[in-house]
Amino acid sequence: MIKTSAKTARILIDKINEVVKRPIKLMEVCGTHTNAISASGIRQSMPKKLQLLSGPGCPVCVTAQSDIDWVIGLARTDKAVIATFGDLMRVPGTESTLEKEKAQGANIRVVYSCLDSLKYAEDKKPAVFIGVGFETTAPTIAGTVIKAHANKIKNFYVAPFFKLIPPALRVIASNPGLKIDGFILPGHVSTIIGKRPYQFLVDQYRKPCAITGFEALDILQGIYLILKQLKDRKPEIAIQYERSVNQQGNLTAQKIIKAVFKTTHAEWRGLGVIKDSGLLFANKFARYDARAHFTIKVPKPKPTGCRCGDVLLGSIIPPQCGLFAKICTPSNPIGPCMVSSEGACAAYYKYER
Amino acid sequence: MRDKSKVKSQKSKAKSQTLKLDSRITLDYGSGGRKMHRLISEIFIKHFNNPILRKFEDSAELEIQKSKPDYCFTIDSYVVKPIFFPDSDIGKLSICGTVNDLAVKGAKPLYIAVSFVIQEGMSLPSLEKICASIANTAKSAGVMIVTGDTKVIERHSQDQPRPSRIKQEIFSYEQGRGEEIIITTCGIGKILPDFRNPTLSAKNINIGDKVLINGNIGDHEGAIILARGQFDFKARIKSDCAPLYGLIETLAKAKCRIKMMRDPTRGGLATTLNEIADAAKLGISINETDIPMQKSVKGISDILGFDPLYMANEGKVVIIADAKDANRILRIMKKHPLGKNSAIIGEVIRRKHGLGVWLNTKIGSQRPLLELEGFQIPRIC
Ligand code: SF4
Repeated sequence: MIKTSAKTARILIDKINEVVKRPIKLMEVCGTHTNAISASGIRQSMPKKLQLLSGPGCPVCVTAQSDIDWVIGLARTDKAVIATFGDLMRVPGTESTLEKEKAQGANIRVVYSCLDSLKYAEDKKPAVFIGVGFETTAPTIAGTVIKAHANKIKNFYVAPFFKLIPPALRVIASNPGLKIDGFILPGHVSTIIGKRPYQFLVDQYRKPCAITGFEALDILQGIYLILKQLKDRKPEIAIQYERSVNQQGNLTAQKIIKAVFKTTHAEWRGLGVIKDSGLLFANKFARYDARAHFTIKVPKPKPTGCRCGDVLLGSIIPPQCGLFAKICTPSNPIGPCMVSSEGACAAYYKYER
Repeated sequence: MRDKSKVKSQKSKAKSQTLKLDSRITLDYGSGGRKMHRLISEIFIKHFNNPILRKFEDSAELEIQKSKPDYCFTIDSYVVKPIFFPDSDIGKLSICGTVNDLAVKGAKPLYIAVSFVIQEGMSLPSLEKICASIANTAKSAGVMIVTGDTKVIERHSQDQPRPSRIKQEIFSYEQGRGEEIIITTCGIGKILPDFRNPTLSAKNINIGDKVLINGNIGDHEGAIILARGQFDFKARIKSDCAPLYGLIETLAKAKCRIKMMRDPTRGGLATTLNEIADAAKLGISINETDIPMQKSVKGISDILGFDPLYMANEGKVVIIADAKDANRILRIMKKHPLGKNSAIIGEVIRRKHGLGVWLNTKIGSQRPLLELEGFQIPRIC
């Protein structure tokens, strides 16, 4: 079994080498892909002319600086118990991190699911869940809000920093400077939204795509499917990750997102404000919006020299950032891309130095 | 110091020299990774420095009679949430961890001192259960609990909010949840004659030596993650928590020539191999496909974005031996109940580009395998 996977990998790598004749840039949209590509050594086995660039698919990394500062500001008011995914703890804000605030006594809890944050909704202090994530995370958070609503838990809020992947891809595909030839599309997000929301990549931008799984072999196969479309000049949204993704996606999850949220403009780190790329509570659930409930003064961001924005756009790879591995390391991250397990800088640091 | 850290060669550390320790202790100083190593070398060693401590072994060799070292001495504290997990608990863990630190130095564990710091509010049945488990484990490891201490500390109400009725309906609160206890155990053991001259140490290893492990990696951390009940997984993983002395004694009795051993606890296999490579000033290459691992551990780590190579073990030992002895050692290990899944996972090589540990991946390429930095944090998907 193990031997066969090495053999299959070899065959796929040979095929990939055969079809790459000119310089090609592919973007792996999802941070989990970036991590897998680094960990399995795929990058080193690719032809020199083929560049794999990481994209905006790391939820913590794309969260805007001002949003991080908002959370830190909230922590300092001591008016709420903050519940957050662990990923966010070490992301540097303009003046501090949540980890440092916690060490100084701020009431911050790391939770593994939004549902857990309900535990911290006390009578005296409300709990605020920090809602970062993509289409994959939004349904469970929507589920929690519905549960809180049904159980009349009043002291509970969510800071909605959610992002949607397709609008960000439109920004990248339409940017002539980036010259991305094709997209390795995220398996998990696509499990929820299906294939249709990506169709514009083919119809308007003629970009070959493959929705791809997360094993090394999946990724090699995904890359090959894209290269083949490039060669045949027949772009489409191929589904490599058939064992999990179908055409229309997970309708139940889509329904619950629709019931609780509506789309809104959202600010992305590096990509700026993108139309309809975020989620806000629909009117029925508007009272759960932490941003509307708490007024927090956010400091003006100071420039740090961090180039996460460029990394997320695929316009540089992490070692091209002057701070990479010199000043910026996972123990002392300057930007979020070095913090998250899905961040490109963390993956390069861990696996490719 | 159980953390087996050492002052690294200046070269490999050059990159992080520009960094300062943070002004406050944050949680990742306890993760077994690089920050903890720096805390140990820059604070503890600075103040406590002496030749025995400075060896950074799992336990300290003591010359009680004037001659070769004949006793080993070690201490460790245990904090784990939840305090009960499948097939094991903090009590068993507190004995295994300490006797294993003695055993991997080739010492037979003899006596244990135990100290409890109990948070007020702990239920007596929970404490009894933990003590019974300590007693059982000590018995099976052949050690005696000879002295101890107890303190009770205040409970901070904000740490564990009392569950309201509604919340009790939404969440299930099991035994041990919200209860906290810190157990510290200190152990002394006598080095087996076969491991006395020379004593087991990274200094003994050479290029070409083989690296062995006695079974699946990541089980302990996998079990803890699942036992926390924070994720909706159907899988059940048992901790590998077990006293290793029996296995090691079997190897000693069979006259297996072992050069060094180490137990890959916090920070996982990858961190331990880095510690060995750095201490020996050599390299180690391991083959991804040879590393034994349960499917369920691979499964949950894929979902959470964890790397099992960095996940903690509590019943595993990494053994380094001459290539010509390795196969025989492997055969004997496989016959022992704690070694059924043993494997030769790699070998000692020259250092490459200043880096110690290299992983041959399953698709046939090679990449460096660095020590853990900070925590592994579940991904947000
Ligand atoms: S290496 Fe650090 S500073 Fe540079 S882009 Fe990445 S996170 Fe930002």
